[in-house]
Amino acid sequence: MALSREQIAQRVAQELQDGYYVNLGIGIPTLVANYIPDNIEVMLQSENGLLGMGQFPTEEEIDADLINAGKQTVTMAKGASIFDSAESFAMIRGGHVDLTVLGAFEVDVNGNIASYMIPGKLIKGMGGAMDLVAGADNIIVTMTHASKHGVSKLLSNCSLPLTGKGCIKRVLTDLAFIEIKEGKFHLLERAPGVSVEEIVKLTEGELIIPNIVPEMQF
Amino acid sequence: MAGFDKVVSSYEEAMAGLTDNMTVIAGGFGLCGIPENLIAEIKRKGTKGLTLVSNNCGVDDFGLGVLLPDRQIKKIIASYVGENAEFERQMMAGELEVELTPQGTLAEKMRAGGAGIPAFFTATGYGTPVAEGKEERNFNGRDYILEESITGDFAIVKAWKADRYGNLVFRKTARNFNPLAATAGKITVVEVEEIVEVGELDPDQIHTPGIYVNRLIQGTFEKRIEQRTVQPSAAKGE
Repeated sequence: MALSREQIAQRVAQELQDGYYVNLGIGIPTLVANYIPDNIEVMLQSENGLLGMGQFPTEEEIDADLINAGKQTVTMAKGASIFDSAESFAMIRGGHVDLTVLGAFEVDVNGNIASYMIPGKLIKGMGGAMDLVAGADNIIVTMTHASKHGVSKLLSNCSLPLTGKGCIKRVLTDLAFIEIKEGKFHLLERAPGVSVEEIVKLTEGELIIPNIVPEMQF
Repeated sequence: MAGFDKVVSSYEEAMAGLTDNMTVIAGGFGLCGIPENLIAEIKRKGTKGLTLVSNNCGVDDFGLGVLLPDRQIKKIIASYVGENAEFERQMMAGELEVELTPQGTLAEKMRAGGAGIPAFFTATGYGTPVAEGKEERNFNGRDYILEESITGDFAIVKAWKADRYGNLVFRKTARNFNPLAATAGKITVVEVEEIVEVGELDPDQIHTPGIYVNRLIQGTFEKRIEQRTVQPSAAKGE
């Protein structure tokens, strides 16, 4: 079975380590915050200028001056700090954020990512995504493995305009956990009940398959 | 207004001198921390042909979006737009020029502009459409593109508190681009929720020193929320 959005988030959360500063993008990445293991401490960075993002507020706590990068009202966790946008991106571009999780339309075997622009459709912009992919060393891209019509999103060459070049090393899809190195995809894990054949069929870029491909553990 | 006292008495006075085809840098992220009354004053004045520099362009009836119906904006430099129907229409019709800029690059363009740095190299955008036409250079094995900084004829800023000298304190994530915008305007206009007497703010706690501020006005703010999200349990009153 392909993973649900929640399961993708749950699997990403297993990659969190104690003391990590983490930036979570909009969509599935945001859900990762729900699965932070109890025994570790993680601080969430929101690129509009908040380190130590807390939960959503109660009605009484709502504050128009306190939002996240998705423009949602939030709270501050204990130990939080506030800063301006240049400082925020100094953290990101300076490589100080330990893990970045973000979505994409496509990734390819060279670690290129396309995530912000579909020509001909309304272009809303890249927001902070280009800074995040260029600045972080440790990035996990979350996405569905293929479109609803079965068209692979893991390609030999991205077809859409790039958000970043050669910056993605790990991709977690609803079918597989994949590493990108030396110009190839490498299959690390498969979703429970998903066969290697299914993954191969829906991966357009060259995929290296080890002898044993373990199922993800939840 | 005398000496270092930056307080002006009306919004008309605050935006005096803004004329057609000028560049205006605006603070704010989404609708958070936007100089909403200064924007309203630009609408009232009817200034046209403006180049706006702002992370976003508001919504249809609030924030910078209110400058769209009268076609006051010629060009916008932003990282994320299109939260309003009129924006989309004007962009698709080619009536509005949009220069999409990565958020961190945009912040740095303002910061550098305000600091007298004409350009800087960044890895952000290398190998993407953002890099088109820009100088590229390799430092220590990594590729970078040259981005030019931005200054504005005006900067419009929202802060929380100020003293009469224009020393500013921001509140929570309403800070965002505001301190950067404040440094990058030839004329920087700031609106705040409260103006206190000089000496009342702790110098250690001032986010933006008054040297960057030319005009200061106290306003009242709607502070509209774009995405009102609450804890589900709290929403049910549990």
